[in-house]
Amino acid sequence: MTEKVKVPVVADYKAHKVWDLVTIGAGPAALSAALYTTREDITTLLFEKGVIGGLAAITDWIDNYPGFPKGIAGLELADNLRLQAERFGAVIELGEVLNITDKGDYKLLDTTSGDIKAKAVLIATGSDYKKIGVPGEAEYFARGVHYCATCDGAFYRDKKLVVVGGGNSAVQEAIFLTRFASHIDLLVRGDAMRASDVLQKELKKHSSKISVHLNHTTDEIVGGPDNKVTHVKSTHTTTGKQVEFKTDGVFVFVGLSPNTGFLKGTKVALDDIGLVKTDHHLQTAIKGVYAAGDVRSGATMQIASATGEGATAALMIREYLDNLKQQKS
Amino acid sequence: MAKDITIFTTNTCAYCVMVKKWLGAKGHSYKEVNLDEHPERQKEAFEISGQLAVPVTVITKDDDSKEVVVGYNLAKLAPAVS
Repeated sequence: MTEKVKVPVVADYKAHKVWDLVTIGAGPAALSAALYTTREDITTLLFEKGVIGGLAAITDWIDNYPGFPKGIAGLELADNLRLQAERFGAVIELGEVLNITDKGDYKLLDTTSGDIKAKAVLIATGSDYKKIGVPGEAEYFARGVHYCATCDGAFYRDKKLVVVGGGNSAVQEAIFLTRFASHIDLLVRGDAMRASDVLQKELKKHSSKISVHLNHTTDEIVGGPDNKVTHVKSTHTTTGKQVEFKTDGVFVFVGLSPNTGFLKGTKVALDDIGLVKTDHHLQTAIKGVYAAGDVRSGATMQIASATGEGATAALMIREYLDNLKQQKS
Repeated sequence: MAKDITIFTTNTCAYCVMVKKWLGAKGHSYKEVNLDEHPERQKEAFEISGQLAVPVTVITKDDDSKEVVVGYNLAKLAPAVS
């Protein structure tokens, strides 16, 4: 057991009556924006209800973020982004924004820490992993069904696992899980992997531990009398043959779902899948409210593009704030 | 009030970092059991939480009653430590 740890209390975010900028979310897009704005003395508060660094922080290893020739652990990249933003005065509050109301000169944010006023707002809430919506998924959540390999993988030392998905996340996390699991069945619904060529080549290096099953749906997650997951029921999509995969646990990585539930009922426009619509200045339907990163309609769902969008949004917000100041003077 | 707080964590768990950061920001001290360093204590974490997941935060109150919070869940964590 380690020694007791005491971390210093963060700055009092309520010290500001009206923040120049409040970001909703503190992932790569928001942290990059905050780095730019705080360097311009634009007071910036970041609200984060989940993990600082977003999905990047729960990704085992990141090989495609520029500047790190050997790659970097997601958690380390997230912490570096945080430290860089905080170095110039960004303040991070752990809590949730529940609603945004446009009050003209300022936006009123209803949060779990009380009302916060901001001249400009950046929506950078990112996305979360989708559920597959099959029987057993909810029943065995965190008791055999998981969405975070870096969190829960350690419970599966020398056990059998099923990983569901054929994209970058599924392959990346399946490879990560080989450090614990004795064997992994990777169930891919389509007839080809969607993961990058580099990851697919890496996957082949782990062929002794990972078996890829293309054209296999995930129909049901089944448990035994001791309430532990025992197998996954699957169907081969071309033959219609029913298959059972014996397993101790299931990790699901089947795509992303935007964190925009709190925007329903606001004037911020969303596209058909719930991503935030913006103009080419990254401004939403509300003047002074911007969006960047994975939550934005048209985003490429990459950490590098999220940080780029964060920087772009910061420059647009600076211009907006300058115009606001000129209108008042 | 919390008399003792123990968190079961792993090295790569970002949600564990968030629980520690939040407790620190609120002025609470805690003990940490790292399951990567102490895999023999995984069973204990499972028996306490009923889940194969971290972080598991065990809050012992002044009257020695215990409350267990699994995951980074501020809605449960905040009242549990108050």
